[in-house]
Amino acid sequence: MKKTYINGVGCISTQKTFDTVFLEDAVYNQNDNILSVVSPVYKDFIAPAAARRMAKGVKNGIVASALAMKDAQAENVDAIITGTGLGCIEDSEKFLKNILDNNEEFLTPTAFIQSTHNTVGAQIALTMQCKGYNFTYVNGVVSFESALLDAKMQLEENEASSILVGGVDENGDYTMELFKLAQRVKQESEQPFHLLTPKTIGAVHGEGASFFVLENEKKDTTYAEILDVEIINTLQENEIETHITAFLKSNGLQVSDVDAIVLGFNGDVKFDSYYRTLSENTFSDTPQLYYKHLCGEYDTASAFGLWMASKVIKLQEIPEIVKVNSVKRTAYNTVVLYNQLSGKNHSFTLLSK
Amino acid sequence: MEALKLELKNKIITTLNLEDIAVEDIADTDALFGDGLGLDSIDALELIVILDKDYGIKLVDPKEGKTIFQSIESMAAYISANRTK
Amino acid sequence: MKGVAITGMGIISSIGNSVEENLDSLLHENRAITRVQNITTIHADINKVGEIKKTNPELIAELDLPADNNFSRTAMIGTFAAKQAVENAGITAINEFRTGLISATSVGGMDMTEKYYYDYFEKPELVKYISCHDGGDVADKIASELGLKGMVTTISTACSSAANSIMLGARLIKSGKLDRVIVGGADALAKFTINGFKTLMILSDDYNQPFDNNRKGLNLGEAAAYLVLESDEIVKKQNKKVLARVSGYGNANDAFHQTASSENGDGAYLAMKKAFEVSGLKPSEIDYINVHGTATPNNDLSEGRAILRIYGEEKVPDFSSTKPFTGHTLAAAAAIEAVYSVLAIQNNVVYPNMNFKTPMEEFDLQPQTSLKNKNIDHVLSNSFGFGGNCSTLIFSKSE
Repeated sequence: MKKTYINGVGCISTQKTFDTVFLEDAVYNQNDNILSVVSPVYKDFIAPAAARRMAKGVKNGIVASALAMKDAQAENVDAIITGTGLGCIEDSEKFLKNILDNNEEFLTPTAFIQSTHNTVGAQIALTMQCKGYNFTYVNGVVSFESALLDAKMQLEENEASSILVGGVDENGDYTMELFKLAQRVKQESEQPFHLLTPKTIGAVHGEGASFFVLENEKKDTTYAEILDVEIINTLQENEIETHITAFLKSNGLQVSDVDAIVLGFNGDVKFDSYYRTLSENTFSDTPQLYYKHLCGEYDTASAFGLWMASKVIKLQEIPEIVKVNSVKRTAYNTVVLYNQLSGKNHSFTLLSK
Repeated sequence: MEALKLELKNKIITTLNLEDIAVEDIADTDALFGDGLGLDSIDALELIVILDKDYGIKLVDPKEGKTIFQSIESMAAYISANRTK
Repeated sequence: MKGVAITGMGIISSIGNSVEENLDSLLHENRAITRVQNITTIHADINKVGEIKKTNPELIAELDLPADNNFSRTAMIGTFAAKQAVENAGITAINEFRTGLISATSVGGMDMTEKYYYDYFEKPELVKYISCHDGGDVADKIASELGLKGMVTTISTACSSAANSIMLGARLIKSGKLDRVIVGGADALAKFTINGFKTLMILSDDYNQPFDNNRKGLNLGEAAAYLVLESDEIVKKQNKKVLARVSGYGNANDAFHQTASSENGDGAYLAMKKAFEVSGLKPSEIDYINVHGTATPNNDLSEGRAILRIYGEEKVPDFSSTKPFTGHTLAAAAAIEAVYSVLAIQNNVVYPNMNFKTPMEEFDLQPQTSLKNKNIDHVLSNSFGFGGNCSTLIFSKSE
């Protein structure tokens, strides 16, 4: 069975992550409940004629994937697999509002086409002229991990030797208002937001696109090897410790072998207890990292988490701004990531140097 | 007719997000599709909605657009002859 | 190549609320395309659709959902079909083996979003429906109704979605990652999709006519179907009846245009080619092709050309589109057509391609227009979607 290596990364996020080394310019914004991407210069990557109909998510996906390809020194890939929770939600909003406001008259197709969830993966394929396998996963916060798992299976079985995998989501104004109403997004009045010491439910929301070139050969550009990815729909809080221990064990590892754990803390007082249990018990002697205070919570925020973990392993450095505790290790060779939202859609990703 | 042509050019630029194109860049006889302005089938559908919404002309078959949307000139001529608003 | 065992199926579509009812309609040419009845739309009289003849309150009652439920129609029909499939497979303890659910949808709970979009701020009792918009909401609800705790995910690649969920399920079993996977898709009709397809001008105002020279476009439909795939170990251990096997699958991207298929059907050709490679079958071994056949001018031409490229000098097997029966059910299409493919194998029939009159002028391809009884060992089923997404599945009789 072949192995899976992360050989290139590209990240567009609410931080400056596209022409920086590693979060040296990162800012912890505690005043806004919705964070927006720091945009790259799109024209450097996409011809204006092609960009004119592209949604924000499509543009960010194309740029992030171009960065990942360049980083991996790859010319083409065998497959493209994308994860997105809501797709290009701005165009969905636009088309739906046009339907409702104009009583179904004078509608144009562009917004409808962009609203289709697989539009990002499709446009990347179109841009790269990649005729290979092209899947899009849309299952909340395991959308990206589904893509990762799929890619890993193909690389292991040698059905493909290089795959572009990414997670992308965008904010839409009306959807954000609905999320506030549904208490998925915190209210403005609750600021300043302290992610690790929350008092309210919901999260600060964000958006972004993180893409990775995965290959089954190790090369100079390699960041890390992906040892395992697991997705579980339902876990009780009291099952989480046993579960993650079993996950490590199935990979021949113990808790003490883990050099760092990346936790998806999002500041939701109701469900951060899943992370807290691990933080305060099983992994209390392990360096702990968090990231959603930088990128915000969104369905594919965990792709930002993987981007961060990849960098930690490659650079052997943990930026102060992402540390949950002060535990240190001499080397960061084995990193595990855990994420969930509202106690559902749990994912575990295991990386090694 | 000249006013209508100018109006159409402006509409096409705004509706189709042709950011880098100015009214002066489009000659009345330039091909809108293919080698000319480079519009495609999705743009054609957008133009069909302009005909409907702004000039009260309903096209049923997208193929009809082929001759109408050849150039600004052909579009203006068709609209002048068939407009209901 | 033995393929992955299918041990259960469940379906709800405009032509029936069970596998048996669907088969009966297919065998007796019971068409179900009508004017729009369940949705308020200005296009109700001009656009014909394949609607499921059950209202939301009826579905809620049949599913025994609590009064304060927040199921979208898509989640209701999805749960309806998935429950049938699990029951049909004789599963009593869902988490007994490593069991997953791979669902597919294009617009998920859009039916609720579009109904309540502007009312959410005024009516607190509707706020519970906001989360229905999430692409994974349907799968989450089905998993919860089935009591399934393991791997759950959703694929959305427009009209090929369910083919891809079946493909992933088969691969998860083949690789040994899971022992049992419930695969399929669900899409309820929505004003959003009716209007979306209308802007693309590919809706017919008449009954859809796949592969006919005078075809005018598609009719939309709504449906849900799920299949249970199980490992050979479970089949052996529990002495399960195998309905048929998923023997081949392939996905490729046309990389040509956002919505249109390329003239020569590159993506479709590559998808079929891959499926043959996986199955180890030769094109001549296929007894029936359930074509995507949406009846849009573009799809049928592109698909026909791709089929001709696959077959070259050889004779193209009997083929038909079942979309004149059900309409195009988008993300569910490949799932209901998977059920129809299995039924074709079990009953040794080729379904008629209804509404066909005139052969296309571009090539010499004519669908099977009447019910045909013959031995069927292998069925190839195509499903293509926006974004150039092309998928092919091959189903085979279990030895």
